[in-house]
Order: sequence, then C-alpha cells, then structure tokens
Amino acid sequence: MVEKHTSEIAFSEAPVRVSEWRRFRRVFFERKLVTFGLVILLLMVIAAVFAPLLVPYDPYQPGKGESLLQPSTKHLLGTDLLGRDTLSRLIYGARTALMVGFISVFTSFFIGVPLGIIAGYFGGIINMVIMRAMDALMCFPMLLLALFLAAVLKDYFSGIWVVIIALSIAIIPGYARVTHGVTLSIKENDYIMAQRAMGSSNTRVMLGHILPNAFPPLIVLMTMQLGALILAEAGLSFLGIGIDPPGAAWGAMVYDGYRYLANHPVLWLAPGIAIALVVFAFNIVGDGLRDALDPRLRGLL
Amino acid sequence: MTVYIIRRLLIALVVLILVTLIVFFVMRLLPGDPVLIYVAQTAEFEEMPQEKIEELRAEFGLDKHIMVQYANWVVGVFRGDLGTSIFYREDVGTLMLERFPITIHLGVLAFIVSAVLGVLAGMVAAVRRGKWLDRIVTPLTYVGLTIPVFLLGILLIYAFGVKLGWLPISGYTSPLDDFWLSTRQAIMPVFCLAIFGLAANARQMRSSMLEVTQQDYIRTAWSKGLRERVVVMRHMLKNSLIPVITLMGVSVAILFGGQILIERVFAIPGVGSLLVSSIFGQDYVVVQAITVIIAVIILLVNLVVDISYAWLDPRIRYG
Repeated sequence: MVEKHTSEIAFSEAPVRVSEWRRFRRVFFERKLVTFGLVILLLMVIAAVFAPLLVPYDPYQPGKGESLLQPSTKHLLGTDLLGRDTLSRLIYGARTALMVGFISVFTSFFIGVPLGIIAGYFGGIINMVIMRAMDALMCFPMLLLALFLAAVLKDYFSGIWVVIIALSIAIIPGYARVTHGVTLSIKENDYIMAQRAMGSSNTRVMLGHILPNAFPPLIVLMTMQLGALILAEAGLSFLGIGIDPPGAAWGAMVYDGYRYLANHPVLWLAPGIAIALVVFAFNIVGDGLRDALDPRLRGLL
Repeated sequence: MTVYIIRRLLIALVVLILVTLIVFFVMRLLPGDPVLIYVAQTAEFEEMPQEKIEELRAEFGLDKHIMVQYANWVVGVFRGDLGTSIFYREDVGTLMLERFPITIHLGVLAFIVSAVLGVLAGMVAAVRRGKWLDRIVTPLTYVGLTIPVFLLGILLIYAFGVKLGWLPISGYTSPLDDFWLSTRQAIMPVFCLAIFGLAANARQMRSSMLEVTQQDYIRTAWSKGLRERVVVMRHMLKNSLIPVITLMGVSVAILFGGQILIERVFAIPGVGSLLVSSIFGQDYVVVQAITVIIAVIILLVNLVVDISYAWLDPRIRYG
C-alpha cells in the first residue's frame, strides 16, 4: 500500500521544467541585432511620448530660427526653409508615424481576425464570400489601395485620418488569412469536438479555444505590419497625402528636403534614415519574436 | 491538371468581379452627385438649367439602377472605354496607352533584374553558407527589404547624378527613340524598383536552398560523385525555385507600389505620377481607370503564378 503510494508520486512528478518565459527570453535575445532593434523602438517610443519635453525648439512655429541653417551646436540637424529646427520636427514625426502604425494595426486586427475565424470555422458559402473578398483586396498594392481610398475619403476625413483608414483597410487580408489558416488546422482537433459535445456555443469555441492558438503568428504579423505601415505612411506623406500642415511627417520632410538635394543633404537624409531605422527595427524584432514564439512559422511569415 | 486550371479560373473570375465591385462602389462614396461634379468641373455650372442636368444624367446613364450602371461600366472597361479625363480633355483609354508602356517597361526590367540577381545571390549565399560571401549577402538583403525606395532613389541621385555626374538624374526616354540615353536614364529607377524583390528573392532562395541541401536525393547525388556544378544546378536549383516563384507573384504588387514613388522621385511620366496628379486634380475617372487596370494585371499575374506552381509541384494539383 505504501509502496504503491510512492510510485504514484514518482509517476505524477513532472520533469524539471524550463519556464516558457525563460526559454522565450533566451531565444529572443540570442541575436545581438534583435536587442539593437528593441533599443531603437524603445528610443522611438520615448521620443514620441515625451516629445514636448525633449524638443529643443518649437517644431511648428516658423521663423524661430534662421532659414536653412547647416547643422551646428545650436541646431544639431540644421533648420528648414521656414527656420524650423529639423531635430524637433523629427521627434514630432515619430509621434505621427507611431500613431498611424498602432491605430491601423489594431483597427485591422479587430476586423481581420473575426473575419478569418468566422470564415475558417463555418466554412461553406461564408468562407467563400469572405476569403474571395480578401483575395480581391490583395489584388491592390498597399500603396495603390491607400491612394485610391484617400482620393475618395479626403472629403470626409481630415489629413492623417484618411491615411489611417486607408492603411487599416489595406492590411485586413493579412490578418484574415493567418487566422483562417490557424482556424482550419485547429478545428479538426479532438478537443474542439469534445468541447462542442459538451454543448459549448460556437462563439465560446472560437474565442476560447481557436483564438489563443492564433496569437503567436498574429503577434509576429502585427510587429512586421507596423514596419510596413510606417513605410507606407512615409510613402504617402512623401506623395503629399494625409499631411495636416504644420504637422511633421517623416515622408513629407524627405520630400521637402529633396528640393535642397545638394546643398542641405541633412534635410532629406535625417528623416530618411529615421524611417529606414524604424522599419528595420520592427522587422528584426518581428523576426526575433517569430523565432522565440514558434520557429515553425519560419518561411510562412 | 485541367480540373485544377478550370477551378482556378473560376475563382479568378469571382475575384475579378469583386475587384470591379470594390472599385465601382468606392468611387460612389465620393460626396455629391456625379453629374453635378462633372458639371462643376466643366465650369458651365452657373448657366445650366435643371432640364439640362437631367439630360446629362440620362446621357451618362445615371438615371438607371445602380447595378445596371455597374454592368455598363464593367462592359465599357473591357471594351477599352474608360471615360474621358476632365483634366487632360482626352479619352482615358488613349491616356493609358501613353502612360502604361513607360511603367511596364521599367517594371519588367526591374522584375527581370530582381528575379535573376535575387536567385543567383540566394544560391551563392546558400552554397557558401557561413563563408565571407554569405556574410556579406545576407545582411545586405535586410537592408534591401527595409530601405524606403524613395530614400534610395534620392541617395542614388545625390551620389551618381549630382556628386559624380555619371547618370542623368531624371526623365524618361523611350528605348525606341534613343536606346543609349534611355538605358542611362533607366539604370537608377530600375535598381531602386528591383532592390526589394531582389532582397526578398535572395532570402527565400537561400532558405529553401538550405532546406533542399538536407534532402536524401542530394546526398545520393553527391555520393554518385557528381561535380558540384551539376548537383547545384540540376538537382538543387529546380527544387528550391518553387517557393521563390510564389514570392515573385507577390512582388509584382510591391513593384507597382514602388513605381508610384519612384516615378515621382525621378520625374518619370508613367502611370504612377499620373495617378498622383489625378488625385490632386480630382480627376476621378483617371484614378478609377488606373486602379482597376493595375488590380486586374496583378490578378492575372497571380493566376499565372498559381498555375505554373501546380505545374512545377504536382502535390498542389491534387491538394
């Protein structure tokens, strides 16, 4: 009797567990480049949040400094045509970029994910309608769709909101497709059948059992989309879409600086490098997250 | 295979209908009556009586049911009747025939460059994994994937156009008019357009090549005593190309997106710059035409990619 008891304990004893969080941390920080990307993102968030405290000069008020100054100790990155400090505008530009990125990512997440789950879970005609609509949206290049929507929406919404709405719509198919794929593979599992046999409602199965499985790829997708969105926002503001003067957007700063191509390279180089660094950081952190969360996603995302 | 192609064609047809529906109904979101917009832009608004407006409405078919209007528009598009540009006072179809060849010319060149160089770079990086060549190529692909095309364009103009003076900094010439000038003008834009696809292809090629390297049939090929060139070219290359081809389909969409920006940077009179100027000029007929044409091109490219993919990989056909 006593013997049986001890063997039972030995049997149910779990092997030494490496905590999930520790494994995640080890894989995630394995590459130095990921840490570098994380530092860039952190700096950018700090710059965006504390912009009013950090800027040396007013980024909007023209005529505070002299026009088109070269970089000096007084103006680290020089001034633009209207005498505004480039560094201050760069810091405020981080606000615009992050705002567009985060609002669009979450908006399309909350539209795309339900669409993908519903399509995959119910199948049949619903699946057909939703997924073909996503295919149709995928036929438009992101920038083209954003320009097309911006052309129509600019009478309804002002400046930056046109860009946010247009980009949110443009990236919905990404979320729908990933969630759809996960749903299709999860719903065949026995535990889903058991859950339904116990009388769980469809909503409960979808939210409680299928959605959590979709989270790892979705988190990776969101990180990478943020980079793509900031790039697209820069492209749109480079073309002159969605700027509310005197607001600062990096793409528009590159375009304005382009006019002083040879004499004031800092005017277009500084915001250009800022865009490239941030996009690079989001991509590399997304890569690191993918490897740490689920290495099987390699090649899919 | 035939069944697969037919099924794929039917899906493409459904998607095509959805694409045209999206374009048509988004254009309808424009505030105001299309006739009033037209009339206001032709600047005869003041003296136009109500009956004349009704007459115009009938002329444009705007008094009919909305689905009839949609059907008329789609039929018109496929017959090449895209309406009249308000700004250029020209048939939009003719305008498209002027602008599209420029965009397609640069786009095709960029596509070829990105496909050939991307596959080569990825192959070399995989075969010489961990050697100095791989350690240069692989980090460079990261740069290629993240650099904004317009920044790259401006950097190139600054370096090779302004500082070194090797290449013309803007404009476009048809290769039929002056081949040498056309090539010199095309070098920088084509490089900018190709860089994203090049980097993406190289990365995909490298990783799928590394996967193929571990397969049993490659070990067999080596143990038969085949030379490296034969193993790599005949056995590895073909099998690792399949995922790269899918990627090439996707990169056509990105290519068109990049072209809108690059045409602005290099002042190239293609479709992209026409699209941007039409948006600011509120020339919606042109915006609508460009959007629908590009979407249909991308749809067709993806159809070709899907079919060739099934031809290369029998597992897809029966899936």
